[in-house]
Amino acid sequence: MTKEKIERKIVIPGEVIVKGEDYLPGEGTEKKGDELIAIRYGLAEESNRLVKVIALSGIYQPRRGNIIIGKVENITFYGWVIDLDSPEGAFLPLQEVPKYVDKDRLNEILDIEDMIVAKIIGVTSRGIDLTIKSRGLGKIDEGIIMKINSNKVPRVIGKEGSMINLIKKESDCNITVGQNGLIWIKGNKIGNELLVKKAIMFVSEKSFTHGLTDEVKKWFEKERTKNKDKIDKIK
Amino acid sequence: MTKAFKRSDGRKFDETRAMEAKVGVVPNANGSAIFSFGDTIAIAAVYGPRKMHPQHQQDPEKGTLRCHYSMLSFSVSERIRPGPNRRSTEISKITEWALEPVLMIKKYSNMAIDVHINILQANASTRCAGINAAALALAHAGIPMKDIVSSISIGKIDKQLVVDLNKDEEDWEEGEGSTDIPITMTADGKITHIQLDGRITSKELKEVIELARKATKEIYEVQKKALKDSIKNIK
Repeated sequence: MTKEKIERKIVIPGEVIVKGEDYLPGEGTEKKGDELIAIRYGLAEESNRLVKVIALSGIYQPRRGNIIIGKVENITFYGWVIDLDSPEGAFLPLQEVPKYVDKDRLNEILDIEDMIVAKIIGVTSRGIDLTIKSRGLGKIDEGIIMKINSNKVPRVIGKEGSMINLIKKESDCNITVGQNGLIWIKGNKIGNELLVKKAIMFVSEKSFTHGLTDEVKKWFEKERTKNKDKIDKIK
Repeated sequence: MTKAFKRSDGRKFDETRAMEAKVGVVPNANGSAIFSFGDTIAIAAVYGPRKMHPQHQQDPEKGTLRCHYSMLSFSVSERIRPGPNRRSTEISKITEWALEPVLMIKKYSNMAIDVHINILQANASTRCAGINAAALALAHAGIPMKDIVSSISIGKIDKQLVVDLNKDEEDWEEGEGSTDIPITMTADGKITHIQLDGRITSKELKEVIELARKATKEIYEVQKKALKDSIKNIK
């Protein structure tokens, strides 16, 4: 027996999403008798009988395997304390650095105020553990870092990376999106980096629009003609 | 004797003042809302979950809710001294107790959720307007909740029970004296907070709760609409 798919809808805490035993409670939902109720404000969605609520607001929830961008807050004997711009602090232990480290000169590898791209390897009640032992992870040495709401990260990346690939192609920049909402942009021209920043702001403001990828394409074209006009004027 | 009871502002005994609600009014907060009963306007802003300061108040077992209620100096005709006082401290605590039963903040250990409630304009029932706004703001901030609470004050004018008192009615001393009963309920009619200022018989109290149940349902609809409409606006 196949049930009809539930339409995407906005739910508020305590609201009944579906009745009946045909569905399983996922993230942001709870079973109460034979009803599935939402426990947070967001968009309710169903796939393979699993019902979940996509959060639209709230703080960043660290998960294992997330790529994040953080700032070195402090240096200890065993590693670095990293600030993820979330209430919980994170820790990067010595063993998780892919080269030999002189225990007396930790600051030569990463100093306070340095920014890093790292991966979460564990979330416990005591804190978050990080690693930089993988390709694409490590210290950030140049570029721009910007911050958006962490709930809008999936929109910036798009379906299977469609949005971020479009922005990369249009601007010729390297972009790393941290799941905690920090984004690292690196291009060969500062103008391109600023263009990416503007584009990402555009995406995060219009994050509820349907067919956003096409709209961003149009936006890039508009920006390009604007820039051309400016150059022509100067000439 | 069957003359219909009429109030000074022409409302029926079980009629609330015009209600209005909106979420997302404070851009810097994680969640915010404004709620009004006629001339009584409350604005609530939620910050966090964030690290609890001072550190000795951190609770490793669960998250903590902190409410700050404050009446702005221009909210009443005679200027009131700004800052915390005996009354506002009490109402802050009452608001915490009214909201806590629906919050699911156990996983936010060592963290605090700050709710700031400001009364922009006061004409009685300010704590109820404050609780309604705070419930909306908490939901808007993406805090997991079992349900949304709605609050209403029920009073007595001589022998007649009335819903949603205004200042003149609250101070009505003739007959059996002034009585004011603020009640907070969840959407399915469970009481999270009840106060009594004045005198009432137990039989009347049962009627009061029935009236409150009806009124909170109306308030809940207003709150629900406010949360759902906020996303349409972005579209």
